[in-house]
Amino acid sequence: MLSNIGNFLLFINILLSFIIIYSSLNCLKSSNNLISKNIYRTSLLQSTFIIVCFFSLISAFIVSDFSLITVYQNSHSLKPLFYKISGTWGNHEGSLLLWVIILTIFSFLFLVFNKNHPKNYRVYTLVIQNLLILGFLFFILFNSNPFSVIKPFPKEGLGLNPILQDPALAIHPPLLYIGFVGSSIYFSAAMASLITNYSASGFAQSIKNWVLVSWVFQTLGILVGSIWAYYELGWGGFWFWDPVENASLLPWFAMTALLHSLLVLEKRNSLYFWTIILCLLTFTLSVTGTFLVRSGILNSVHTFANDPARGLYILIFLSLMILASIYFLFIKYKPSHDQINSNSKETFILINNWFMMFYLITVLLGTLYPIFTDALSDNKISVGPPFYNSVIIPIVVVFLLFMAIGPQTKWIKNKFTNLKYLLIMFSGALIINFAIAYFFRSLSLISNLIIISSIFLIISSFFDFFRKPRINLPRIISHLSFGFLIFFIGLNHNFSVEKDFNLKLGETKKIDNYNFYLQDLKLNQYSNYKAVVGKLQISNLATNEIRTLKPEIRIYNNPETLTYEASIQTNFFRDYYLTMSNIDRSEYYNIKFQEKPLMIWIWISVITLSFGGFLSLFRNAKNN
Amino acid sequence: MQKIIKSSIALLFIFIIGVFFVSLNKNPSYDTKNLTGKEIINIKLESFENNEFFTNKDFSDNKYTLINFWASWCAPCRIEHPNLMELSKEQNIKILGINFKDRKANALKFLEDLGNPYDYLVKDVNGKQSVNFGIYGIPESILLNNKFVVIKKFIGPLNMDDLENIKRIIRVL
Amino acid sequence: MKLKNLLIIFFLFFNFNINANQSINENEIHKNLRCLVCQGQSIADSNSDFAITLKMVVSDLIKQGKSEEEIYNFLSDKYGDWILYKPKFNFGNFLLWGIPYLALLIGAIIIVFFIRKQSKKA
Repeated sequence: MLSNIGNFLLFINILLSFIIIYSSLNCLKSSNNLISKNIYRTSLLQSTFIIVCFFSLISAFIVSDFSLITVYQNSHSLKPLFYKISGTWGNHEGSLLLWVIILTIFSFLFLVFNKNHPKNYRVYTLVIQNLLILGFLFFILFNSNPFSVIKPFPKEGLGLNPILQDPALAIHPPLLYIGFVGSSIYFSAAMASLITNYSASGFAQSIKNWVLVSWVFQTLGILVGSIWAYYELGWGGFWFWDPVENASLLPWFAMTALLHSLLVLEKRNSLYFWTIILCLLTFTLSVTGTFLVRSGILNSVHTFANDPARGLYILIFLSLMILASIYFLFIKYKPSHDQINSNSKETFILINNWFMMFYLITVLLGTLYPIFTDALSDNKISVGPPFYNSVIIPIVVVFLLFMAIGPQTKWIKNKFTNLKYLLIMFSGALIINFAIAYFFRSLSLISNLIIISSIFLIISSFFDFFRKPRINLPRIISHLSFGFLIFFIGLNHNFSVEKDFNLKLGETKKIDNYNFYLQDLKLNQYSNYKAVVGKLQISNLATNEIRTLKPEIRIYNNPETLTYEASIQTNFFRDYYLTMSNIDRSEYYNIKFQEKPLMIWIWISVITLSFGGFLSLFRNAKNN
Repeated sequence: MQKIIKSSIALLFIFIIGVFFVSLNKNPSYDTKNLTGKEIINIKLESFENNEFFTNKDFSDNKYTLINFWASWCAPCRIEHPNLMELSKEQNIKILGINFKDRKANALKFLEDLGNPYDYLVKDVNGKQSVNFGIYGIPESILLNNKFVVIKKFIGPLNMDDLENIKRIIRVL
Repeated sequence: MKLKNLLIIFFLFFNFNINANQSINENEIHKNLRCLVCQGQSIADSNSDFAITLKMVVSDLIKQGKSEEEIYNFLSDKYGDWILYKPKFNFGNFLLWGIPYLALLIGAIIIVFFIRKQSKKA
């Protein structure tokens, strides 16, 4: 029955989208500036129905209705309720429904919140957004329907991958989708703006809060994904430059560039054409990412099950989107649009965009290059962390310097006072860096540079904060957070300690100034898995501290999987991270022990980074 | 100038979409089957029975050599073994068996039960020698000619088609 | 004049701090090698048979005095370029390594060009 409800609602929504498109185009013909109430009502109906549709899928998961293929393939009656619910969007079909919900709700909300903008602009946005919605609805109905039925009805499901049963992973997709699926609305708005020749500042006013919302959620979504990788995957890292990770980072670079150039567009009417390109680019990257992840052309830990038919559909959709974007950009391009004042604020925003595009191109190239070489020369190469790190990190050093200098030059009029302040801050950064190097350990050249430039940005942001005239608090918070983020990542990377050795039960090993003692091994039985729990006592011979860490080897039965659960102890100074794995045909266990300084501050920095964006959003809302 | 930019953007778009389209039908998983044509030098394998070593010289008289990595604890190796037995009857080819990370007694029992197709039997107890041959799992087999050049690689157990393939190659001449 | 002095002091201090680590860092090499039987892990992070064997071989190669590059060439020769996480600096990959910096350069040129154009107008 749930299947029938779901399918019915999908059909209704397709119908509603057509109605909206038709009424909207009719609305364009009338000369008044009003959008008929029917369009609002239809839009609201559309949002309501899709929400009900989504809830019916969730219900199917909750009651374990295995007559639906999606529920059968991705759930199990023994799964805890929370994960049954989050399993709804943890699979290909269900997540597409999440796509459509966000596309639809954003469409309605944008219509409602933009009453002060020209009718034609709003109508075209609605039409284009609904074309996107239709594209996804057709995809769902004809290829990836979560409500399709399997006969005879199975009695039990195949279960969800145990690695995915995690709270962080449950909220990761919704957060990310509000981010990059939300960017669809300013994709549509940008096209509408091109078509109707809307003014630069009007357009900027219209979309700026939407860009902020998607940026905040994209940042948080990426954060949660990294935290999950850190806690779950057992290698102690949080970013592997995996293609699927990169797929979430690419829209983020475009969004960050966009929210900066909107600042210029809003006040000074320049960079219009470039801003439009960024709007179109963000959502295009989102769909490209979706294509890469779901088509099966990538080799990655994260990918959903592979299906070339899916890939073909998304590729066609993507091609049409890009074709439409290129077409409108070509015919509407006016050279007079791209005027840039040689004002320092605008220059620095351009510099931000310049660096963001560099990061974007690097990550895009690294992700796509193996695909290209395989298609063209049948030779598979890997592009991994060493590539990204060696290309990006040196440039980040210069980027941080520009971030630090940028806000200063506008305020201080006297060039020499300017230089004096810059030198003072820079020396401060140098001194702190050498203190760190002296008291702890010497650093490689690039680490020195990263730490110096990030401290420079931090000091500069603090200087900024104590200025008397109005301060831009959101910017200071976000830039300061970014400085801290790079600072903590740099320190964490340089001062992490890793020890890799083998132990058997009852054995003690001394490595450097630690004693490791494998005290105990227990076999515990849980509802859907067995666990070998190790009890490791770690004594720090220098400080006489004793810690007990309990890593696990988990054996799940449905599906049969083996996972290694790290034991992590966190405090504000460092994380202690330990994994234990069995060695084939041996009584020894391999132990990997890591000391990771300032780990929690990395997460905190990203949270405050997104808070800066949230604060900006809050202020904008308050001022309106 | 504008025309150049516009046409290069259009071309780039077509190129990217084209590559994506072609990639849809490609297999993303990786194997080393295509790594043929290289010479394997530095062969130094410890004999199974005694402490002598087999080197390149010992195989240089063979028209073809099939190197087969196997172990008693490897289930697919049992499945492919009859095919190896049949191959051992062929002329023009000698089979070198490399016993991989195994115990002598277990390996001997395996050969006792299923037969010994190997003209030469060596062992690689810690697995390090396998890297010289580009092996990353067992069973894996490599067909070499008398110049030690890799003609074909077989990942996984040898099936009937592989057997026919080998026979076709070695019977030419 | 002040700037030049600052730069000199800057680089002098670096000499104290540059980690003169000429010896091969085995763990770094492990991080650069893909475990071929795992899903997206380096041999540093994996405990599979293959990873353990490869770590032994790398250790032997280091003892034989091979440089990092020789080790990577040896392994990519046996297993293909897929096993290396850092793409080689060869002709085939020069687009990969070159385009980012080219883009940076082109971006700089565009920005400088536009700013100059505006200040001429002003």
